[in-house]
Amino acid sequence: MSDAATAPVSVFAPWEDAQAKPLIQFQNVTKRWGDFTAIDDLSIDIYTREFFALLGPSGCGKTTMMRMLAGFETPTEGTILIDGQNVAAIPPNKRAVNMMFQSYALFPHLSVAENIAFGLKRDKLPKDQISARVEEMLTLVQLNRFANRKPHQISGGQRQRVALARSLAKAPKLLLLDEPLGALDKKLRQDTQFELMDIQEKTGTTFVIVTHDQEEAMTVASRIAVMDHGQIIQVDTPSKIYEEPKSIYVADFIGDVNLIKGNVSRTGDGHATIAWAEGQPDLTGISHQDLPIGSAATLAVRPEKLSIYTSRPKDQANVIKGKVLDIAYLGNMSTYVIETPSGDLVKAQIANTRRIHRRQITWEDKVWLSFTETAGVVLDK
Amino acid sequence: MKRFGLISVPYLWLLALFLVPFLIVLKISLSDTALSIPPYTPTLDLSQGWAGIREWWAGLDMENFTWLTEDDLYWKAYLSSLKIAIISTVLTLMVGYPIAYGMSRAPDEWRPTLMMLIILPFWTSFLIRVYSWKAILSNEGLLNQLLMNLGIIQEPLIILNTNLAVYIGIVYTYLPFMVLPIYSALERLDESLLEAAEDLGCSRFTAFWLVTFPLSRQGIVAGSFLVFIPAMGEFVIPALLGGSKTLMIGKVLWEEFFSNRDWPVASAVAVVLLLLLIIPIVLFQRNEEKQREAEK
Repeated sequence: MSDAATAPVSVFAPWEDAQAKPLIQFQNVTKRWGDFTAIDDLSIDIYTREFFALLGPSGCGKTTMMRMLAGFETPTEGTILIDGQNVAAIPPNKRAVNMMFQSYALFPHLSVAENIAFGLKRDKLPKDQISARVEEMLTLVQLNRFANRKPHQISGGQRQRVALARSLAKAPKLLLLDEPLGALDKKLRQDTQFELMDIQEKTGTTFVIVTHDQEEAMTVASRIAVMDHGQIIQVDTPSKIYEEPKSIYVADFIGDVNLIKGNVSRTGDGHATIAWAEGQPDLTGISHQDLPIGSAATLAVRPEKLSIYTSRPKDQANVIKGKVLDIAYLGNMSTYVIETPSGDLVKAQIANTRRIHRRQITWEDKVWLSFTETAGVVLDK
Repeated sequence: MKRFGLISVPYLWLLALFLVPFLIVLKISLSDTALSIPPYTPTLDLSQGWAGIREWWAGLDMENFTWLTEDDLYWKAYLSSLKIAIISTVLTLMVGYPIAYGMSRAPDEWRPTLMMLIILPFWTSFLIRVYSWKAILSNEGLLNQLLMNLGIIQEPLIILNTNLAVYIGIVYTYLPFMVLPIYSALERLDESLLEAAEDLGCSRFTAFWLVTFPLSRQGIVAGSFLVFIPAMGEFVIPALLGGSKTLMIGKVLWEEFFSNRDWPVASAVAVVLLLLLIIPIVLFQRNEEKQREAEK
């Protein structure tokens, strides 16, 4: 047994280490086109070896951020540092940054191997070094057999891998991926996500990925920046983004969520309680803010955190009474839509550990939903 | 049956308007000149039946083709035409490529206007346009007047009636045939390919040579053939703008036909010209096919 196996697993989290030097620093960066502000006074640090995801709806500025890193756009205000160096004056062809384009941008007149060698040839490396590196890249993406094909002679998934190999060939400090899996179908996309993570780990390159697919960001990223209107709303690890969203926007953007509106009735001890409907007990969730009593607040709780009972549960912190309005059978789980007496709809997702005919809950049944004090978060905005 | 009917239309068209006239020209080229109407023998006399056909067949020979090889005027004219066609194709490419490139880079709302400007000259008669170059290039022409008034030159430049005037005329006339195929190739070029090239370490200029230029190659080849093929047999431009020293096969053909009234030799010249042009035409077709293949 090696020492590594017995040593405690160190968690990769340079962003929590005050000593760590970030690879990329955005310092109060603003980008405007005429009246339109694409990036609005944005500051963020990204660390070496991170797999950093920029997530947001189209037009939120995530692609602009990426293009500024590549050098295709320059900030209107503020500075971008890569490895401590201001990159404003460095043109794209002089940056140790490579980009994988959304359209892949493979050169149609060059073969797979020539595409991968393209960047290496620009560096005027000796021929044998180039061919060795190309071979290495082809092995990395498992395309050795297709080295002499032209891009139009291979499948979409293969093209995606050629684009990845080409952008990694120069061993950049930073690899930018613009919606890298957008053109692939769902099954292939999932496989490729794991492949991407694998390659990122193997090469140790810092990846910044732009995506609008929250599942993709959750799967691959070490940290996610949720963006909207040129601003970063929240930067956190996928689990924190999911479990502890800091705003209703983030809670709603990532995954399925129940948003229960009410007024704060009690706070303290890292929790907040809201009164939300006549005849229903108050609900408690995590709160890191100091919410004033009586102010409007929203409890965000994920459907899978809810349990469903046919009789009132005794020792649960939060209970909601209602009747079953809808049941959606999804195979591995079922979603129950519960209507409360006040007319609100709450979703609960229950794993189907038993076969369907063994379960007793059906339409119009009176049920109770419950969840723990730490299952949901209370948010004010 | 319906399908056969459909494809027979273009075939009948080609048969009636291309193959039949060609066979007539071919037949005349095998005849001998004669002082008669029409000015060649033998003519087919079907009233004498089988014997008439035999007599007609016996009268045909390759004499005119032999003659083309004996008199050095002809092969010199062919070579000279080839030279002028090649040089003017290269010149047209050099003028046309930047125009096509500029058009493809222009803002979207400008493109239809630019396209219009390229096509606009076609709305005026070809003959008038070539004639007006005489007024520009002659010793007292607009160009010389302008340059002399500006004090750039003292003596008028002699351009008209030289090969230079022929090149100017051909470049001007065939420019759209060069610009349009190159433009259509450049317009399809994905902008992100150039960004990818830059991202991988190319300067703007090398990105152009390594990406833009090779990807517009098919447009260049198509445009070059579209200029080269008609320029090779060009008659009007050398006749109007060229001098007595400008030797082109189109002019020789015209002189044989109208000045010498030697239809058989003129026909032989035409047949040889056609055979020479078949090579670039086949190459052109192959280029088009390759392009269609690549787009699949």
